[in-house]
Amino acid sequence: MDKNKELLGLLTQDCRRSAKQLAAILGESEAEVKNRVAQLESSGAIVKYSAILNDEMLDRDSVHAMIEVKVTPQKSKGFDAIAEEICRYPEVKSVYLFSGDFDLAVFIEGKSLRSISLFVSEKLSAIESVLSTATHFILKKYKVEGVVTTKTGGGRLPVQP
Amino acid sequence: MRDFVSKRIREIAPSGIRKFFDIVSEMKDAISLGVGEPDFGTPWEISEAGIRSVQRGFTHYTSNKGMPKLREEIARYLASRYRVHYDKEEIVVTVGASEAIDITLRAVCDPGDEVLVPMPSYVSYAPCVTMAGGTPVGVECREENGFIVTPDLLKKAITPKTKAIILPYPNNPTGGIMTRAQLEDIRQTILENDLLVISDEIYSELTYGGKHVSIASLEGMRERTVLLNGFSKAFAMTGWRIGYACAPREILDQILKVHQFTIMCAPTMAQHAALAALETGRESNYEAVEEMRAEYDCRRRYLLHEFNAMGLKCFEAKGAFYLFPSVASTGMNGDEFASALLKAQKVAVVPGSAFGKGGENNIRVSYAYSLDELEKAIERIKKFLNIGEEV
Repeated sequence: MDKNKELLGLLTQDCRRSAKQLAAILGESEAEVKNRVAQLESSGAIVKYSAILNDEMLDRDSVHAMIEVKVTPQKSKGFDAIAEEICRYPEVKSVYLFSGDFDLAVFIEGKSLRSISLFVSEKLSAIESVLSTATHFILKKYKVEGVVTTKTGGGRLPVQP
Repeated sequence: MRDFVSKRIREIAPSGIRKFFDIVSEMKDAISLGVGEPDFGTPWEISEAGIRSVQRGFTHYTSNKGMPKLREEIARYLASRYRVHYDKEEIVVTVGASEAIDITLRAVCDPGDEVLVPMPSYVSYAPCVTMAGGTPVGVECREENGFIVTPDLLKKAITPKTKAIILPYPNNPTGGIMTRAQLEDIRQTILENDLLVISDEIYSELTYGGKHVSIASLEGMRERTVLLNGFSKAFAMTGWRIGYACAPREILDQILKVHQFTIMCAPTMAQHAALAALETGRESNYEAVEEMRAEYDCRRRYLLHEFNAMGLKCFEAKGAFYLFPSVASTGMNGDEFASALLKAQKVAVVPGSAFGKGGENNIRVSYAYSLDELEKAIERIKKFLNIGEEV
């Protein structure tokens, strides 16, 4: 598992690395790396590979929000059934169960403020066991998936002794 | 008007790196593998300690030697990491290890004294010897020996005028290190010829596959060694300019004289940050340093593999963050290769000749860059060498 930790770390940084590059970095054979990546993929340990976008650069008019949801847990199913129901909406990007003042955190992406309002008022609130919601719009992203998106610090001189 | 500049200074050749720096700085979208400092930022708690010290009013001089608490912590660090034991009175805190090199040489050199400078090595040693009034004598190390100093090389270079030797390991630019056994090998020659060792151990935390050994930990060596180190490389603190020199009082008190008349004391803010670096390091068992080292090691393995695969024979460097591949197989020397590569593919590496004799056919490649950047650079170098992806 320790070896996988290094491999997974490298893939998390950049999943486009080839097996050849990974093998060179880890000091292993290409076949071994390929084999382990395949195993991690088929076991579901690696869920998927995706790109992290910088919305500001792309000039995308998308609106992101986190919605706190309080629900009544259902008999024998707890929070699962309701969470699974919320997951079905394509505009919902992530759903997490939280400890504390609310139960579910729903991360959502919409084209406009209005589309998110509609989702909350017409879809989310309409679900029977939803008691209340609180919507927080994301204003600025400083760090996304471990990557700092705002520029900080001075550069280094390109050539030094 | 007469020439106001001292002959001694006029005759020192300018750094060979300067020319490259000017070209690269002008060039758009060049990838540089030419830096000599970590790509990691200073760990936050260290920076914060520096900032806090200013806010709390620690904006005055400290004692010439540096804050006693910092010197105590340095002594503790050296004892636990390298088994070398110094009292806090045997340590002076300097403006980077660079100042430590300068003031040590000025305290040591009389006119006519020869100082052995193993080469290839950091660009400052020989000019600093000259500026101190001594005579630098290059000792050309060989690639087949891993660029280390051997008793044979020493014996050939030693004359009755030889007073000291600079020991620059782990080495910039070759990445070479000297093991305990290899240090033991030269110990006898050093003792027989009654030499002082100026051991620049600035890269001591960056060794791969074995811990750094300080020559001061060898029998009979502590009393004839000036140990130089600093915070730039181990704690990613280059811009803070903070280092230190350690030596027996006999020598240190004289080094201190030079320091107190030129520098007064190292910047107080940087001393506070350095203290935090050592304290948090000790409390966390140097976790941050270890993580950095592991990351460098990944890059090192990757580059070693790539250069050797490209046919640029690369000696297996086990220290610092440089590789020193030979470009002889291309029919070019290091200067020609570096210039052509920069022109054709906009990748900057430093020609080995900038670091003195013995590196004419090599280039210095720094891996103080993210793997992403290294991968891009390698692609370009492959294009330069006309190496395509195999199908």
